[in-house]
Amino acid sequence: MNMLRAENSRSILTLGLLSGAFILFTGAVGMIAAFHEREVVDDVISLGQLLLLLAPFATGFVVSDRLRASGTGSLLIISSGVAVGLLTALPTVIMLLFNSDEYRFLLDLTLKLIPFVAATYYAWQQYRIGSDQRLIIGSWLAIVVLIGIVSFSFALIFEIKGDLRSVLPNISRDWVEVVTFDHPKELMTGIATLLLVSAGAGAAGSFMVLVPPIPRQALLYGLGVTLLVGAFGETVRLILQENVDRDTLKQIFRRDTLRQDPALMLFIVSTVAGFLWAMFGQQARQGFANLEPSRRRMVNGVGLLIFAGILLMLPWLIGRTLSDVAVTIGIFVLMGLGLNIAIGLAGLLDLGYVTNYAVGAYILAVLTSIGPLGRLDGVFTFWMVIPVALLAAMCAGFVFAVPVLRMRGDYLAIATLGFGEIIGKLAISDWLKPLIGGAQGVQAIPKPVFFGTELRNPEQLYYIVLVASLVTLFVSIRLNNSRTGRQWMAIREDEDVATAMGIDTARAKLLAFTLSAATGGVAGAIFAAKVGTVFPNSFTVFISINVLSLIIVGGIASNPGIVVGAVVLIGLPELLREFSDFRFLMYGALLVIMMIKRPQGFIPSKLVSHEIRAGVNAKAAAAAAN
Amino acid sequence: MFKWRTDDFSWVDFTIDVLRVIIVLGVVIGAWNTLSSGRISLAQWVNLFAAGLSQGSIYALIALGYTLVYGILLMINFAHGEVFMAGAFSTVFLAEALNRTGFLNAQPLLAILLMIAFAGLVSMSVAILLERIAYRPLRGSPRLVPLITAIGASFFLQYTFRGLYGSGFKAYPGVNALQGAIEIGGISIPVVQVFVFCAAIFLMLCLYWLVERTRVGKAMRAVSENKEVARLMGIDIDWVIMFTFGVGGFLAGSAGVINGLFRPQGVNFYMGFIPGIKAFTAAVLGGIGNIPGAMLGGLFLGVIEAIGPNLVLAGLGIPGANQLKDVIAFTMLVLVLIFRPQGILGERLSETKA
Amino acid sequence: MANEKQANGRPKDQGRILEAKGMTKRFSGLVAVDNLDFYIPAGAIASIIGPNGAGKTTFFNCITGFYQIDEGEILFDGARINGKTPDQITRSGISRTFQNIRLFNNMSAIENIMVGQEPHLRSTWIGAILGLPSTRGEDARTEERARELLRFVGLEGKGDMLSKNLSYGDQRRLEIGRALASKPKLILLDEPTAGMNPRETIETTDFIRRLRDEVGITVVLIEHDMRVVMDISEHITVLDYGRKIAEGLPAAIQTNPDVIEAYLGRGAAQASGA
Repeated sequence: MNMLRAENSRSILTLGLLSGAFILFTGAVGMIAAFHEREVVDDVISLGQLLLLLAPFATGFVVSDRLRASGTGSLLIISSGVAVGLLTALPTVIMLLFNSDEYRFLLDLTLKLIPFVAATYYAWQQYRIGSDQRLIIGSWLAIVVLIGIVSFSFALIFEIKGDLRSVLPNISRDWVEVVTFDHPKELMTGIATLLLVSAGAGAAGSFMVLVPPIPRQALLYGLGVTLLVGAFGETVRLILQENVDRDTLKQIFRRDTLRQDPALMLFIVSTVAGFLWAMFGQQARQGFANLEPSRRRMVNGVGLLIFAGILLMLPWLIGRTLSDVAVTIGIFVLMGLGLNIAIGLAGLLDLGYVTNYAVGAYILAVLTSIGPLGRLDGVFTFWMVIPVALLAAMCAGFVFAVPVLRMRGDYLAIATLGFGEIIGKLAISDWLKPLIGGAQGVQAIPKPVFFGTELRNPEQLYYIVLVASLVTLFVSIRLNNSRTGRQWMAIREDEDVATAMGIDTARAKLLAFTLSAATGGVAGAIFAAKVGTVFPNSFTVFISINVLSLIIVGGIASNPGIVVGAVVLIGLPELLREFSDFRFLMYGALLVIMMIKRPQGFIPSKLVSHEIRAGVNAKAAAAAAN
Repeated sequence: MFKWRTDDFSWVDFTIDVLRVIIVLGVVIGAWNTLSSGRISLAQWVNLFAAGLSQGSIYALIALGYTLVYGILLMINFAHGEVFMAGAFSTVFLAEALNRTGFLNAQPLLAILLMIAFAGLVSMSVAILLERIAYRPLRGSPRLVPLITAIGASFFLQYTFRGLYGSGFKAYPGVNALQGAIEIGGISIPVVQVFVFCAAIFLMLCLYWLVERTRVGKAMRAVSENKEVARLMGIDIDWVIMFTFGVGGFLAGSAGVINGLFRPQGVNFYMGFIPGIKAFTAAVLGGIGNIPGAMLGGLFLGVIEAIGPNLVLAGLGIPGANQLKDVIAFTMLVLVLIFRPQGILGERLSETKA
Repeated sequence: MANEKQANGRPKDQGRILEAKGMTKRFSGLVAVDNLDFYIPAGAIASIIGPNGAGKTTFFNCITGFYQIDEGEILFDGARINGKTPDQITRSGISRTFQNIRLFNNMSAIENIMVGQEPHLRSTWIGAILGLPSTRGEDARTEERARELLRFVGLEGKGDMLSKNLSYGDQRRLEIGRALASKPKLILLDEPTAGMNPRETIETTDFIRRLRDEVGITVVLIEHDMRVVMDISEHITVLDYGRKIAEGLPAAIQTNPDVIEAYLGRGAAQASGA
């Protein structure tokens, strides 16, 4: 029984090469080198190296899990992990060879051989299934020419340019340094190190499969916590800074990096904690479920109170820098909740949401600015203008919504995208320059004043965002459970039938657009007050895509999902600056992956939990019937 | 189509009618002002028109990709602009290499052919991968799901190429043979524009031949008529869809090179986004799913974009009218979607099928 | 529109709840409904029958405003309804079901019925945000009535299930319940027994009778099952190629040679004649 089945070896090969392609891709787009800048544990491992290790580790785990399910022995499992690790490193190794001076000829050779090999392989396949001879020769020639054009052209480009770097700037010295684990000079040593480390990570992944569940859970938990704390070292330090004295802090962190001993300690502590949770977590949950409803409600209430307390105290807990991030996240939560009224509740894919954001920001800027463009000499204050911005955004939403009411879903999306682009171009144009400053934008926007105190710090602005978000949340929950919410839902499900039910769909859609715009306007106004200046470059399609992504990743129509989505998608690039260059790469990939694998999002709305509950009820009913 | 009866008065119709009147008035007044002021001579108009046609023929080539895919899958491949960018961005390096060897100016026609083939094949691979990885698992899901996927894929591709080739701007080298101008009746038109137009028309004729005269073309048409029946007839649907994406990709890639000859500057990862939306506009303008429509729509949009700002916006006294070129194009997009979503020549697929 | 005033001013014809004159609908050259004159007697159970492609569903779509007719007029309760939008027509008292069930799949059964009550709801979004007592009261009443209707169509206790998780027969019943929620005077049922087994068919037939007898709604159905049609209809209209070929009582229709020919082909007409 200690033999590999064919499908198992195939899964080792494909998954191993896939993870190898992933590693090569992240290297070629510059992720690995950029992430290397951030040390996870001082002098031990950087984020870039972690990425190099995580891929074989995870793939090794997945492959071994499959092997174990088909009853393979432990030795074979470990060796499959090694194989996966080696396969993961393979594409990178090849690229290293191509990139080196001595072996560059291999690149040329490979590029020139590819068309012939591919064509011959295809022709051989055709020959085996007994195709027509002329067809075989014809397809051989066609493939040689087609692939030949591309690969010979690449060969020419690399030959003339002299090296890979002039075409692919991220196959750089930094990258070589990271993937060879600091052996950039001795290529062979570097390659050997890479293969060794990768194989080790793969083997570790498969070893995890062999560990019994409870210690495994504990180990993974400990590892996860340590690495997360390490990766977000800067954030953690900033939080601790507020509460811990400097000397202790110095012992834990070297600048923003976790030192080795505290990391080890953290690992041990969190592993133990993970172990305890794995042992007793199930019982605790069961105990909670068995509580009387009134007691359970009390526990829930206490939890909610603590959560509210944290929310209220947040700026004092996390300090200035992180409060600033919190305000940015809050602005996006606000926009996410607003756009969700259109997308999630009414099913209207609005890709021009940035329009409302821009309107709100510019209204606030022009009306309150004390600079040359503010004609009103600061007569208006922030608090007076917020309702104006809200109304103006509603008007804008209304005006842009009327023409698109009759459009079907995909056309509506593109038309709103068009509106967004039009607004962007107008904002930067000479035509409106006397009014809103063209490319220079509007400057000198005063901070809000609250009973005589100027709210100049992010800690104070945080509360404005918090209140606005809570109000939006309240409104959207109230609406969702009302007649209006049901109208929207019906339109989302089937617009024709909704009309046949007597719903004035044009009116309901208009309301959705207008209310969603209102929130965008408030978010824009807060943004303008926070930054103090308004530039047209802040209002591009990327804002709309940002908001769309966080809604979809969090879970369409799910309010907690939107908050989590905003924290992850907006917070991550703010906290890990290395990420920010790749944020749209990841948003794009996330949108595609979510649509294919998990269209309901990570924290699905009640719609889905509804379904689960219904399933449980049906089961109970079936059981009762029996 | 003015309805003015109180019992079935629709204020949405009314608003749209008002919008229509405002636009017509704006266009007429703007045009009248410009023409009566005589600021722009006839020769200048002809030049603008010619430039518009060349630009439009590039839009048309990209638009064909939208239309082909829509004709078969009824989906908007929003990432098609990025397919165009992939070809155009990759070929910059080939063009530089060819230029450095001197081949580009020694044998311009051959070199350009090679570049077009290279760009076409690169874009084709991107388009086929896109279909295979992102769209195929989603066939038959609600319409907005593939659209959101396409938006994701669009940004993913942009930033992938930004990562691969860097974020700086690159430029196509100039081709000596395409410098200069042709004199026709006292009006001089740059050679590049003539070349661009002819090349684009040639490629479109090739496509027309492919779709109308070959067996694959017949299969494509069959699949777009009715997938189930086509499957029963023994047509490999997956293969035909992949082929369609490939053809659309090839045209987009070749458009990338042609665009590079026409406007050598500004090659970077973001170069596909705006032309992509404009080409989509062109496709809708001609009637999405309709191949001659996409060609016509592209040319039409190019001309409007070239003439519109000078004729209408300048006439309305708007400063910096040429900055607002894109605004004209996007306004066209919105207007077409509002007033004539079936396009000039009509959607090739009837609504009952969609 | 010269006859418009006339149409609105005409005294209400008590006997006819729905009436069409010269109704024509074309699809790019193809005439789907051709110069059709028909009426539905008030308080009747009426059937529209005809072979496949006879234009029955198009006929329903024209009445409910999904399609705008090209010529002619449609009167409901004496008032012209062609040219109105589907939601206006529903509000005036016609509701319908669909041939291929079209429920709001991701909404629960009770929410489906609550949406069906739209024409009678008055609360606004502002009321919902402020939580006004009137809005809350209306919501409670809406839900209460939805539960009653669920009971009426035999779906008691299934209100919280998503409609897509209901069984086929339950979905058909829910769709009728949703159509009833708007308190219509006239209900159009598009093949209510399609895909049902004989027992379910009989239940549905009884249910349709109850609708008319207990609730007092005029029922028009499109139906393929001739036994159902002959069993419950009091008035039958036969369509073929968009034209009316016969109209009247079931007994008369059953023996009408034109109908038999259209339905079963020439041979059958002769056979039944023989």
